[in-house]
Amino acid sequence: MTTPWMTYLLIPLIKIVVILVVLILLAAYLSWFERRILAFMQIRIGPNRVWPKGWLQAIADALKLFSKEDVIPARAEKLVFLLGPVLATAPALIVFSVIPFGPSDLLRLTDVNIGILFILGVASVGIYGIILGGWASNNKFSLMGGLRSAAQLISYEVPMGFAVVTVVLMANSLSLVKIVEAQKAQHVWFAFPGWLAIPGLIAFFIYFICGVAETNRNPFDLPEAESELVAGFHTEYSGMKFAFYFLAEYANMVVIASIATVLFLGGWLRPFPNVAALAFLDVIPPIVWFFAKVAVFLFVYIWFRGTFPRYRFDQLMALGWKVFIPVSLINLMAVGLGILLLGGPR
Amino acid sequence: MLAWFLANFSAMVFYCLAAVAVAGAVGVIAFRSPVHAALSLLGSFLAVAGVFVLLHAEFLAAVQILVYAGGVMVLFLFVIMLVNVRTLTGEGQYVRRLVPAAVVLGIVLAVLIGVGVVAGGQGAVADPAALTAVAGVPLGNTEAVGWSLYRDYLLPFEVVSLVLLVAMIGAIVLGRKDLGAKEGA
Amino acid sequence: MIATSHYVILSLVLFALGIVGLTVRRNFITVLMCVELILNAANINFIAYSRQLGDLTGQVFAVFVITIAAAEAAIGLGIIVALVRLKHNVNLDQVNVMEG
Repeated sequence: MTTPWMTYLLIPLIKIVVILVVLILLAAYLSWFERRILAFMQIRIGPNRVWPKGWLQAIADALKLFSKEDVIPARAEKLVFLLGPVLATAPALIVFSVIPFGPSDLLRLTDVNIGILFILGVASVGIYGIILGGWASNNKFSLMGGLRSAAQLISYEVPMGFAVVTVVLMANSLSLVKIVEAQKAQHVWFAFPGWLAIPGLIAFFIYFICGVAETNRNPFDLPEAESELVAGFHTEYSGMKFAFYFLAEYANMVVIASIATVLFLGGWLRPFPNVAALAFLDVIPPIVWFFAKVAVFLFVYIWFRGTFPRYRFDQLMALGWKVFIPVSLINLMAVGLGILLLGGPR
Repeated sequence: MLAWFLANFSAMVFYCLAAVAVAGAVGVIAFRSPVHAALSLLGSFLAVAGVFVLLHAEFLAAVQILVYAGGVMVLFLFVIMLVNVRTLTGEGQYVRRLVPAAVVLGIVLAVLIGVGVVAGGQGAVADPAALTAVAGVPLGNTEAVGWSLYRDYLLPFEVVSLVLLVAMIGAIVLGRKDLGAKEGA
Repeated sequence: MIATSHYVILSLVLFALGIVGLTVRRNFITVLMCVELILNAANINFIAYSRQLGDLTGQVFAVFVITIAAAEAAIGLGIIVALVRLKHNVNLDQVNVMEG
């Protein structure tokens, strides 16, 4: 028996709370995993003291950040300074309202028919948190970090958008649920879409690399390059506000990983949905597949950080404008032509 | 209670969004610092995107956020920070003797257009299904706009893309470093 | 269901505010922002009438207006950067001679 109150208020509220709690815990624990994995890659041990065996390190870090003194620089623009972390965090959390974690209606908050456009739009608002934070701090390192991030995020949004449009062409829909269902119907992941496999893979790589740049992660972490800009846009931030920037960065990593999973790796579908012999894999519930794929992406993020040196800023811009944009544009046209001449990827 | 709430929900949302949009527009004029004005304009744009959703124009709402919030306003902020206007805002920000004239001008223009436009707005609102139909089949707002854009308005579309190209070249030329070098500035 | 006139009035208020800002502000950057505001007000009208008439043409024209607005912002900001290089100023009433 469902009353209108339940369908319109209670169930969405419960879903929102669950998604937010899981996301924030995931972001907090991601930082701990990152430290452990980096330590493993560098033949160190990493945080292993907080009982038991370092498992509560993330909680301890959060408590430390929340209880620290919250410093606002004397000549900062107070209001904008406060607005910065909010504007950085909110879009990252809002994006999760349209991501489908599984085939059932209970496993997503909502399905919008402009889903992927909504995500691109909301995610682009996240830039403001970084630019405004950098500007309001009244610190030249922060300002440089903010300016760099504005240029970097705008540049990498373009090829990212082209890569997304490639998938939209293959799926014939903007809704994330319909994109996964199209992959199910066509028995492929869009990273390897039948005879369009090469453009699919190119779009996939471009999306993921641009995603790394959009989240300001190594090797594209120019806005916070510690060897030249102290800590970049969040140099002046401390305590709670720093914690929010931190949360925004890790939540954004989860966002990019989730969208890449939905768009290119079949969302909640099992691997090789075209091979009937692997049907026994359906025993594992769809949501587990989803999070397993997300986990692989998150590991690759950390792996990048352990492997690559940072780009120089001019190299970063050249890579974005002279490599990714032309390649993704030509790729998009190739997919469009292919679908026009040979029919959709089947 | 709940039925009333659901029936009037879109009206309440509209008035909230309209209030935010107008407040943001006032802020653009009132704030001295360009950064604050830009932020205020951003709020106004986001509210207008919400209004677009109420008008069954979901695609345009997304485009509004993507282009204005994600592109144009970031460029504004980028330029404001690049030229460091903080040091330039010393003198008067307003042309004081023009303030009354401007208010009168604004109101007269608004009333003039308003009379015509409100008179034209009488009559029943059409069925919103027409905004999602592609050749009679209800597909979605994005598909419908795309269909209209690429079939009925292909020539204007191409012309607009040419305008964008010209603007891009113009912006690159204007941004060249040697532009002011001749004067030794 | 909200009547179309409500949307039109919202659009008019934004338009009037844009005109006022265009006239009274000295700062070139803010003046550009007011132009964006006016274009946005026009878009609300286009889309409100698109709903009123059940015709997508209004939405298509709003797409064009957004494109023009983006082009205008790019050129305007380019002019601002050039202006700051030449005159170290963005006040409009100090840019009153044709030659630099």
